[in-house]
Amino acid sequence: MKMTRINCGYLPLVDCAPLIIAKELSFAAEEGLDLQLMKQPSWSALRDRLAFGQIQFAHMLSPMPVAMSLGLGGVATRIDALMVLSVNGTVIGISAALDQQLQAIGWRNSFSTPQATSAALFEVSTQRLRIGVPFPFSMHRMLLETWLSQAPGYAAERIEIVTVPPPKMAEAVRDGTLDMFCVGEPWGTVAVQQSDATLVLPGSSIWEFAPEKVLGVHHDWAEQNQETCQAMIRALSKAANWLDQPRNTPLAVSILARSQHLDLPEQAIDPALTHRLTTKLGQSPRQTDHFLRFYQSAANFPWRSQASWIADFLSGWHGLEVEPARDAARACFRTDLYRAALAPIGVELPGASEKIEGAMGRPTAVSSTMGEMILGPDGFFNGAVFDFTSAKLPKN
Amino acid sequence: MHKDLNILVVEADQAKAQEILQALQDGGWNNATVLSSASALERTLQQQDPDIILIDLANPDRDTLEHLCFVSNARSRPVAMFVDQTDAAMTQAAISSGLSAYVVNGLQKDRIKPVLETAIARFKMITKMQTELEAAKQALADRKTIDRAKGLLIAARGISEDEAYSLLRKTAMDQGRKVIDVATALVTAAELLQ
Repeated sequence: MKMTRINCGYLPLVDCAPLIIAKELSFAAEEGLDLQLMKQPSWSALRDRLAFGQIQFAHMLSPMPVAMSLGLGGVATRIDALMVLSVNGTVIGISAALDQQLQAIGWRNSFSTPQATSAALFEVSTQRLRIGVPFPFSMHRMLLETWLSQAPGYAAERIEIVTVPPPKMAEAVRDGTLDMFCVGEPWGTVAVQQSDATLVLPGSSIWEFAPEKVLGVHHDWAEQNQETCQAMIRALSKAANWLDQPRNTPLAVSILARSQHLDLPEQAIDPALTHRLTTKLGQSPRQTDHFLRFYQSAANFPWRSQASWIADFLSGWHGLEVEPARDAARACFRTDLYRAALAPIGVELPGASEKIEGAMGRPTAVSSTMGEMILGPDGFFNGAVFDFTSAKLPKN
Repeated sequence: MHKDLNILVVEADQAKAQEILQALQDGGWNNATVLSSASALERTLQQQDPDIILIDLANPDRDTLEHLCFVSNARSRPVAMFVDQTDAAMTQAAISSGLSAYVVNGLQKDRIKPVLETAIARFKMITKMQTELEAAKQALADRKTIDRAKGLLIAARGISEDEAYSLLRKTAMDQGRKVIDVATALVTAAELLQ
């Protein structure tokens, strides 16, 4: 078979696992792809290299393709999301000092109570809470705002969200630059081990089905290379399916630790893949359901309603008109290419390409290309529901 | 005359930062300063109010700078150079040299261009020097490994140095590998067997 060489940029986080597995277990090679993984020093660098064609594919924060297509950040370029690479997987943590203040007013960390935790945070904080995220256009920042803006005592000036490169997050929490952070693994675990930080919530406790990373591609390039795009979708879908089988988890941890692409030890990779996180140094790990999902519940499907949800945040931040932003965002999430790639090989696909975000409080049967499939849960912590198909704007 | 621009260089590597400052000074820009980490970036922006920020494309602190472009309430917001695509050739040249630039206060393009040209030229030179230095280091390390492999063959098979090298080269050719790869494999195997 003639192999097509493709370059894919990524950041060394646990959730780039589908890319590494697709390469190391030859799912990419079986699709005729000579997949070259290229580590990037920052999201900005990854974005610029994708925009200028130095890489063809990229492991991106889910809001990045939408932001780029809307002309926010760097060069305005139409970037499409071919599929979701991972759902959930972030953690929110606080400094040791803030933990003590919360304990003093009787707050107890159960790693699952967003409302009690945000209420306590605003009760104890006298100064602006400085919160670190990895990038301005990130699900991290959207989840934080979704969560904190609903708390009693919240006002915009009571928090300040700043960007800190994830490898520096632990240090920033230790030296007092940050009070809190939201970050992807392994950097939450590293902050616990190195900076005595406390993890207070998994991202999934705010939104149970948040698209975290997507596979980004230049729109024009995708149009001219649809077969390569579809081959890449198939390779990554198979890798994601393999990763989400519990019996493969120990092997996955071992492969990722040995791979030169990640350069992380097993103990840094294990918590995210086994869904067992240590929230405080010296305590035993907590089992966290749906902490990080690669495949189950149609995790890879690029729901256009997810794109709309992201677009609403971006329009709010940058004063854009809501409807055109949503239209542009929906066009980025390429359900057409995703379906064309996977339907012929018998992967079960949802019947619709949009859903009411937040409507499934528990796993729910919905119509699929093969009859019925189980989706969800996709609920928000406060029961919010986003129906983008209805004419009127959703209320949070 | 037109060279009173306030330029901020974000660069952790001191030697590299000095190189860039020197290049700017040679070009007549004396008002350039270096910031080694982006952690104080927001404060520096407010105090120093630079016109242009120069930063390595690969610097992880770029994401922090991007954030300031979009989120900060700072009086002067930097704008990434790439937003203005009117000069595509310049943007491409900057990217391939490894430079990214941010412009503050809507500085006019004719004033940005010479600064960028100077910085791009110096970035290219630094990258070339680094590549050459790494290549030289690698060559030296490779020679040591090959010498050790030759030594092992001489001791094990009682052959001359030239014969040992010929054997390494023939093995590499037969297997479609590089001499250094065969030598490394031999040295590693010998270490394991000791």
